[in-house]
Order: sequence, then C-alpha cells, then structure tokens
Amino acid sequence: MSDTRASVLSDIKNSLSKKAPDAERAKAVAERLSGRPTGIIPKRGQLKQSERVDLFAEMATKVHSSVVRVKSYEDVPASVGQYLREHNLPAELIMGSDRRLAKAKWAEEKNLTIKKGPSDGHDLVGVSHAKAGIAETGTLLLASGSENPTTINFLADHHIVVIAAKDIKGDMETAWSSLNKKKDQVEMPRAVNFITGPSRSGDIEQKLLLGAHGPRALQIVIVG
Amino acid sequence: MELTSHNLKSNVKDALGNEQLQKALSNVPKGFIDKRAKAAAALDEFEALRDKGREIKDHTLANLDLYLEAYEQKVIENGGHVHWAKTAEDARRIALEICQKHNAKTVTKGKSMITEEVELNEHLLENGIEPVETDLGEYIIQLRNEKPSHIIAPAIHLNQGQIEEDFRRVHTHLDDDRDMSEPETLLAEAREVLRKRYFEADVGFTGANFLVAETGSSVIVTNEGNGDLTQTLGKVHVVMASIEKVVPTLADCSQILRILARSATGQDMSVYTTFSTGPKREKDPDGPEEYHVILLDNGRSDMLGTEFEEMLRCIRCGACINHCPVYHSIGGHAYGSIYPGPMGSVLTPSLAGVEKAGTLPNASTFCGRCESVCPMRIPLPKMMRHWREREFEQHLQPKAARYGLALWAYFAKRPKLYRALVSFAMPALCLLGGTSKRISSLPLASGWTKHRELPAPERRTFMQAWAQREALKQEAK
Repeated sequence: MSDTRASVLSDIKNSLSKKAPDAERAKAVAERLSGRPTGIIPKRGQLKQSERVDLFAEMATKVHSSVVRVKSYEDVPASVGQYLREHNLPAELIMGSDRRLAKAKWAEEKNLTIKKGPSDGHDLVGVSHAKAGIAETGTLLLASGSENPTTINFLADHHIVVIAAKDIKGDMETAWSSLNKKKDQVEMPRAVNFITGPSRSGDIEQKLLLGAHGPRALQIVIVG
Repeated sequence: MELTSHNLKSNVKDALGNEQLQKALSNVPKGFIDKRAKAAAALDEFEALRDKGREIKDHTLANLDLYLEAYEQKVIENGGHVHWAKTAEDARRIALEICQKHNAKTVTKGKSMITEEVELNEHLLENGIEPVETDLGEYIIQLRNEKPSHIIAPAIHLNQGQIEEDFRRVHTHLDDDRDMSEPETLLAEAREVLRKRYFEADVGFTGANFLVAETGSSVIVTNEGNGDLTQTLGKVHVVMASIEKVVPTLADCSQILRILARSATGQDMSVYTTFSTGPKREKDPDGPEEYHVILLDNGRSDMLGTEFEEMLRCIRCGACINHCPVYHSIGGHAYGSIYPGPMGSVLTPSLAGVEKAGTLPNASTFCGRCESVCPMRIPLPKMMRHWREREFEQHLQPKAARYGLALWAYFAKRPKLYRALVSFAMPALCLLGGTSKRISSLPLASGWTKHRELPAPERRTFMQAWAQREALKQEAK
C-alpha cells in the first residue's frame, strides 16, 4: 500500500509542468496553510447587525425555512410549543445537552416530553442550537457533539433550530470563526453541517419536492 | 469503467428516436439554464469568484503532491485512515477489504461519481455485499439496473410514470392499489423504504466534493440529506475521492462553494454542505466509529502537465452538461460513459484512452456555451479540439471522414480552384433550395438531411459579395 502511495505521489511530481523548485513550492504551501488568505467576500452580507439578521431571515425564508424571532431564551419553549400545536404534532421532542437550550424553562410548557441524546430515527421533532448563521445565504452552521447530536439534524421530520441573533454573521468565512478555539485557528468538530432550508429533491422530472431524506420542515428561532 | 462510446453513432440514433427520453430531456434546459443565470446575476461578485476559483485550483494542482501529503497527515491526526489507489481496481479492492473487515452485509451509498467510475457496486455485489444507493435519483436507476445519465441528476432521463412502474415492481410489500399519481408520493415511498436501510448498513460510502488540506476534512454537498445519513449512521464511513479534489484551506473551499451550487442548480447554497473530520470523538453521541479515505488517481496524474491539466479544475457542477445543445438532444447514456456532456467528452478520453473514447469530442457543436458557464473557466472546446487532433494523428476516425477531410484540404490549399468550385456550387444549392430556401435531401449529405433541412446558401459566395461591395464603394468615391 505504501508503494502505491509513493508511486502516486512521484507520478504527480514527475508530471507537473513549469515546476518551481521543491523548496519554493514547500514554502508556498506552508504559507498558504498557515496564512489562510481570505478571498472575495460578497458585499451582500456586510451589513449592520440588525440588517444582517433581517437579511438572514429573508434568505432563509426564500429557501423554505420558516423563521420566528423571540426576545430571550425564556421565550423559546413557548415558541416551540406553539409550532408543535400549529402543526398538529404530539408534544414530544428530542434535543442534546446544549447549555443555552437547557437554560430555557421547558417545564413551563406543560405536557411537553423532552428526550435527551441522539436520535434513533423515531423522533418527529428535534431541537438544536446553531453555532452560527450566515446572512448571505440564510444558512445555519451546526457542530456535532453531545450538545447537538448530528442525527437530530437529519432524522427528525421537523427540525427546530435556535440561534442567537448575535451569532448571525454576514458571510461563511466569518461564520467559520465561531469554531475558533485557539486564536484565529478553527478547531473542527467531527461534523460541521451547513444547513440551508429543509431537505429536498429534484430527481423526479426536476420538480422541487421538500422532505427527501432529511427534515420535511426547518423552523428557525432567532433569539434577541 | 465500462464504455460504449465507440457506439456513439448508433446510441445517438436510438436516443433521438426514443420518445420517453425526448420528453424527459425537455426538462433539462427548462430546469437548469434560467436558474443558473438568475443565481449568477444576483451575486455581484460571481465573475470575480470564478477567477478566484480558477486561481485556487491552479495553485493546488501546481502543488498537488504537497497538498495531498498535508491532507493525509491531518486525516491521520484526526484518527482517520488514508488509502492510496493508483487504479480503479486498487480502489475496489481497498473498499472491499474495509467492508470484509467489518463483515459488512449491506452498505449504503451517498451519491458518488467516483464509485461509479470504479464500478464499486458491481464489485461489492460479486463479493456478496449489497450496495444500497440512497440518493433518490441513484436509487431509481439502481432499481432499473442503469447508469446515471447526468452527474448531478442521475435519473433525469426518466419520466414520473416510469419511476412509478419501477416502484410498483420492486416495493411489493406495499398495497398494489396505492395512489402514486403525485411525485410527492413517490418521494415519500422512497424515503420510507430507505430509512430502514441506513440503520441496517454496516458501512456508508460517500464521495467528496472537496478534501481540505488545512483540516483533513472531506466535504459533501447535497440537497436530500441522504449523504449525511449514510456517513453518520454506518459504523464505518468510507470516503472515495479522486486526488484533484483537494483544496488548501477552509477559506479556499468557501470561495469555491459560492460558485458550485449556483452553477449546478441555481441555488445560493445547496441544502446540506457537510465537513467531516475523522471518526466519532470520545464524547460524541453519534457518528461512525471508523473513518477511511480512499484517494484515487486512475489516470489523473498523467493529465498534469499536459494540455488537459485544466480539466482537473472541474468541480462536477454539471453546468456544461445543462447548457449543451448536444446533451439536450441525446441525453447522457448515448455518450456511453458515466461522464456525459462536454466535461465527459474531455475527461473520458483522458481516463480511458483516445482509442476507446476518441469519438466523444466529436459530439459537440463547438457553440462554446460550456466554457462560458463553467465556474472554473475550463476551456472545454479547446480541449475537445486537442482530442480531435489526437484522434486524427492516430488514424482513429472512420475512413470516410479522413478521405472527406483530405479532399476538402486539397481544395482549401488551392484557393483559385476552391473559389471556382464554390462559385459553381452556391448557385446550384441556392436553386435546389427553391422558394423555401431549404434543402430536404442532398446526395452525400443524408446524414444531415435525414433529420433536418439544410438551409440553402445565398446565390453569391462571400468573396463575390465582398468584391461587389468594394467595387460599389470605389464608385461612390
């Protein structure tokens, strides 16, 4: 196997035309990987905070997400409860151990059953908290882990994602920085899901059909 | 890669005469062209991002060995495994070994052209492992035992009624009298059937739209969510990707993502863009226990440093296919390669050899639309011309084409003779056209006139018209 590795790499090296000296190439690669130059950032998302949140909501709605805004985390359970009633859904949901979600007073939503942990595919409603949002495209950034298990993002029929207004960034590049642990260095969780609307397919005669394999509906609750 | 490209001519004939196919193909321009144009126009920076995308890929290709090494190191640091495959056979063998190590009975698959290229499904089946395609389009064509006819819309050659028939034939556990008149019902049925399969599967295979050297992540871009279920629910996640998928950084990847979905489906972003980095972590409640990447060369390193190197910038958005008038007429299967349309006509001869696929670059009108919409600005027509030259050099064309060209060249090199002949032929053809100015049959040109009329030329040749115009100008002075 290591022979194959060596042969693939040497074939690549031998084929390269206009090849700069190896030391120069190594330097260019090292510089790019550590410097991580930012490219072109579309102006569309470069707005003041309040306008940015408005653009996010507008773009998310365009891709068939539904968006509601609440003042604080205290209002989240009532908003979720209302969604369940409006959609004729049982008062049951699943979520991870996200601290911001845990702080909300779910007990005030009477009769609501909350399951904790990953989904086994039998949950109609899942609630997650997003790390960041992208105003440019109405996209949510979710990170895997016990706080927000990845299975909830894809297995629930209705996915309700809570996001703090201040976490809504203008562009994808800035959204990445929400994963920074060390200064200016992204620390990747096992999975990063950028989610732009509910699941869909165009595979039958190019018709847009919602609810392919992932959630049939995506509800976004913006806090603040 | 199984090829029937040498049958191009008869494939095309069948395709043109296939009513179902022609009906389905009418959805292609409707569905794609407007949407892409609108999405591109709505982003001021779209053209600048295309330049940026080209620059990123060119830089990566010039340092491909180094970026692959950096990528590999990161995957290993994150607890993943990297396997190198020189050929399709290597890739199949490695994939099977991983499955056998885990006693896999069934594997789920996210949509992946690379696994089509190496014919992974056939290999797994031969070895007693059932592959289950989970992308709706791929699932449908797997039921029909067909190959994809488009790289991002594999079942675009089919109509709803055909899909209904397949579902009735295969989903025998469901009520025969069920109403399936709405496409939503078909989707819901596939969703329910496939839900179970994700949980049963031992291994999940996906391709990759990108591999990020900075972080060792593999990236998939999808709309359905099937790729994510495939890579999250299996005990083992295997990524099969070709070597040119690597990009340096997350920032670079973000740049190219902005032109990918817009060029492909006219979306600003596809619904799911997922970055996977290694297996399940210690405190993770879900995710695969093992994470493998199979890096496939299969002819790509040979393209570096040649006139076909730029093809390695391709991000498989399908825009060239969606805008190709030839594809609109014949669909994907007629090309006889899993990579159809302009990108396929350049890539297939590179991977399979000009002797097997040299006819494909002739399936082009050279209208240039493909190049004009390619997000990575790949000069597809120029490359098809390169392949035509190779085909000519190696004497691979039919004799008639060669003699015809030689005859034309004889006259073209003798301008006086050429003009004399043309000034005789033009009025003759003009006369043949009659009042309709269209010719419906012409000796030696039945290949054209059988399917459409030939517009009759003007009475005078261009040279004659020009001379007259110049003479008039002189007089006016």
